[in-house]
Amino acid sequence: MSNPATDYSLQDPPKIPFEPLIERNSSISEPTWVRWSLIFVAILFLALFLLLPLISVFTEALRNGLGPYFAAIVEPDALSSIKLTLIAAAIAVPLNLALGVSAAWCITKFEFRGKSLLISLIDLPFSVSPVVAGLIYVLIFGRQGYLGPWVMDHDIKILFAVPGIVLATIFVTFPFIARELIPLMQEQGTDSEQAALSLGANGWQTFWHVTLPNIKWGLLYGVLLCNARAMGEFGAVSVVSGHIRGETNTMPLQIEILYNEYSFSAAFAVASLLAGLALVTLGVKSFLEWRYGDELAAGRKH
Amino acid sequence: MSTASKPGRRKSPRSAIPGFGINLGFTLTYLSLIVLIPLAGVFIKSAGLGWDGIWHVVSSPRVLAALQLSFGAALIAALINAVFGPLVAWVFVRYQFPGKRFFDAVIDLPFALPTAVAGIALTSLYSPNGWIGQFLEPLGIKVAFTPIGVIIAMTFIGLPFVVRTVQPVLEEAEKELEEAAATLGANRWQTISQVILPTVFPALLTGFALAFARAVGEYGSIIFIAGNLPMVSEIAPLLIIIKLEEFDYAGATAIAATMLTISFVLLLLINSLQAWSRNRGGRK
Amino acid sequence: MKKNKVLLTLAVAFGLVAGAAQAATPELLNASYDVARNFYKDFNPVFIADWKQKTGQDIRINQSHGGSTKQARAVIDGLEADIYSSNNPLDVNAISEKGRLLSADWAKKFPNNSSPSWSTILFVVRKGNPKGIKDWGDLARSGVSVVVPNPKTSGNGRYSYLAAWEWAKRKNGGDEKAARTFVTSLFKNVPVLDTGGRGATTTFAQRDIGDVLLTFENEVRLIKDELGPDKFDVVIPSLTVRADNPIAIVDKVASKKGTTKIAQAYINFHYSDKGQEIFANNDIRPINPAILKKYASRFPELNVFDVDQAFGSWNKAQSTHFADGGTFDQIFQGK
Repeated sequence: MSNPATDYSLQDPPKIPFEPLIERNSSISEPTWVRWSLIFVAILFLALFLLLPLISVFTEALRNGLGPYFAAIVEPDALSSIKLTLIAAAIAVPLNLALGVSAAWCITKFEFRGKSLLISLIDLPFSVSPVVAGLIYVLIFGRQGYLGPWVMDHDIKILFAVPGIVLATIFVTFPFIARELIPLMQEQGTDSEQAALSLGANGWQTFWHVTLPNIKWGLLYGVLLCNARAMGEFGAVSVVSGHIRGETNTMPLQIEILYNEYSFSAAFAVASLLAGLALVTLGVKSFLEWRYGDELAAGRKH
Repeated sequence: MSTASKPGRRKSPRSAIPGFGINLGFTLTYLSLIVLIPLAGVFIKSAGLGWDGIWHVVSSPRVLAALQLSFGAALIAALINAVFGPLVAWVFVRYQFPGKRFFDAVIDLPFALPTAVAGIALTSLYSPNGWIGQFLEPLGIKVAFTPIGVIIAMTFIGLPFVVRTVQPVLEEAEKELEEAAATLGANRWQTISQVILPTVFPALLTGFALAFARAVGEYGSIIFIAGNLPMVSEIAPLLIIIKLEEFDYAGATAIAATMLTISFVLLLLINSLQAWSRNRGGRK
Repeated sequence: MKKNKVLLTLAVAFGLVAGAAQAATPELLNASYDVARNFYKDFNPVFIADWKQKTGQDIRINQSHGGSTKQARAVIDGLEADIYSSNNPLDVNAISEKGRLLSADWAKKFPNNSSPSWSTILFVVRKGNPKGIKDWGDLARSGVSVVVPNPKTSGNGRYSYLAAWEWAKRKNGGDEKAARTFVTSLFKNVPVLDTGGRGATTTFAQRDIGDVLLTFENEVRLIKDELGPDKFDVVIPSLTVRADNPIAIVDKVASKKGTTKIAQAYINFHYSDKGQEIFANNDIRPINPAILKKYASRFPELNVFDVDQAFGSWNKAQSTHFADGGTFDQIFQGK
């Protein structure tokens, strides 16, 4: 692989990098002017809707300079909110990862009655207003809720404590990984798995060696999105948190508090950490592409 | 389902692929515990009002106006995303240009940024003295504190759904098919509309459905930019909050249950359409 | 079902962790309204030091802030706050009536209806008052844009609405119809209804929306300090509302946690000279006349009315004006 001048003809099937081919082959590409106008429109759209808000977050965060920026982040209440956010995400993401793979497997590899219904039920948390997502746990675990009195008698703290925050986070991010995988695995069909099985692989081997390599990028997107949303969730967590300073405030709640205290630059400093998550996505993807670039190129041929 | 008649593949749950029972069992258990049982609470609570009570809450002009705004703006925002989302995904997957990786990363921003921060950032951009708003103001276009602001916020939070569902499918899409189509004499437009679009369409529908569903329920970012005037720019989730402020839990859950039911029916419709288009779309 | 067990274990584990931390030093949780956060930042350390000096005991006070009604709801739904402090008595009543967590006669337990301080609604206008706003009547003029938070979701908005109503009623010899007409035209001039007081301030100060902002007196200095000392002027209307800040022990929680004694001392400290001075320093009017006088430069003379007297009772004001389908809703639905 180290030698770019590998003799392609010796390989079977010939391994020809795609990009140069596209550049050369006009029949499956667009004229240059079309390409650049599309790029222009896409970038303009992204700039208006995403880049400018991002820039405004960092501008506000750094308004008073770097010193106050870092001071705002290492402030004890801010640190405890960062810790709580990490805990909530660390519990919610793996659980939803397990669900996502499992649900996508049965939905895409099998046909059964009521599949659309199941998919719609999985989508449901997206359509539930974050406000309602918090409210449902209040209805259940609140003092006047269905399980509230029992929970309180046993001195188990769910609402206005960490478990409630974790539950709300799981609920809100529930569909992400499943929803990322389902269209991808549908598109891929079951042929590869059928082939592997007919060659004597067991189910787990098939999943690990055949399915997983095919879905790893979708899986990665899903995990990153799920994580981002888990850390950024505001509405639902706000209802179940109780807003106890230094104890049950997650990063988004801490941001709201700072903003309401007119500590705008501190608020945006904490917010910029969450905005930076998007840039973590960039880092992880670049790393994986660099590390597994060969596999990725091969993977495309499946 | 009618797909069972598709030739060349066994499609019953008793296919050679293992793991149906255990995975479906796990999925349904988890789904029930985390989503269905808690959500049932909403319906049980609102049922306390009776049909007449629910109808009375939902049919008040203010609630109707709010529901109309929430669903209408969400639909427009999802349509905007359904146009620009695939375009963005296409540009990312197929073209090389400077800053591509950076823009690719920024797509996830609406997920990571707390909705309140997004709302504040968007409001500061689009208010009459903001970076963008100052140019729109002389043209007589008001974005912040109007229903247009609601659409902007909803477009913002929905965009990643469309891009991130279409993008992996485009990445996996086999270029051989395009080459074959081209070899067979199809021009570029025919190839795109008849080879690429059908491949991407189910994913696009999914992304559309998700962006729509998410926008309908969105609260945090919108209250900053909407203006919240009753009958004009007041969204349904805000009415839920207002009912809660009046300690009217039953009324709040009545609106919530109505929104949930409408969203769910729409999701079901779109997902059925998606299944239908996938079968019809000639996926091989 | 296994899942259920795992979740339960998880929950119990978290509960234990939280419980263990509690046993060490007694902790109070004060669930309070939004704009009291600056006050309690100053007040709590002074009380903790005072308590330590008197009893030798270390204590911790946790603060939770949010919209007054939202906080009341959290307490009703199980937030284990020993103390609830508010900017209106209505929300304390709700904890008593809907949550049954404190007795109905809470207002009699401490002096001055359990309200150690009060504030009022003033006008903040742009520097030089370019629109010449002097009194409530000017807010309903055409061409004047008024920023006020949503009365349905904020105490600030509720007080502003009631003050406008009462002013118009008195001006028209007690005519409720005229009051309604006036309030209707005032709210026609409102371009944005933010959900909370701080949000309305941001809209007015940061987004440059509106000619006048209706807000609490204790917010005015903060607005000037944080958002531009030479950008705003204050206008004192001819009549405004007295906004009491009641405070109560959430009896059921405090007795369960065994913190009633500390909670009582905590509330009493609000009435002490030290506590009253901290109020004054935060631009909240103390009820102690001597201290109010000492800080007279901060607190100009006002002509105030009391909601209970003007509207019969807080509960009545709420049900007539702000409840679902009440006057405020009718105004916006053009009925």
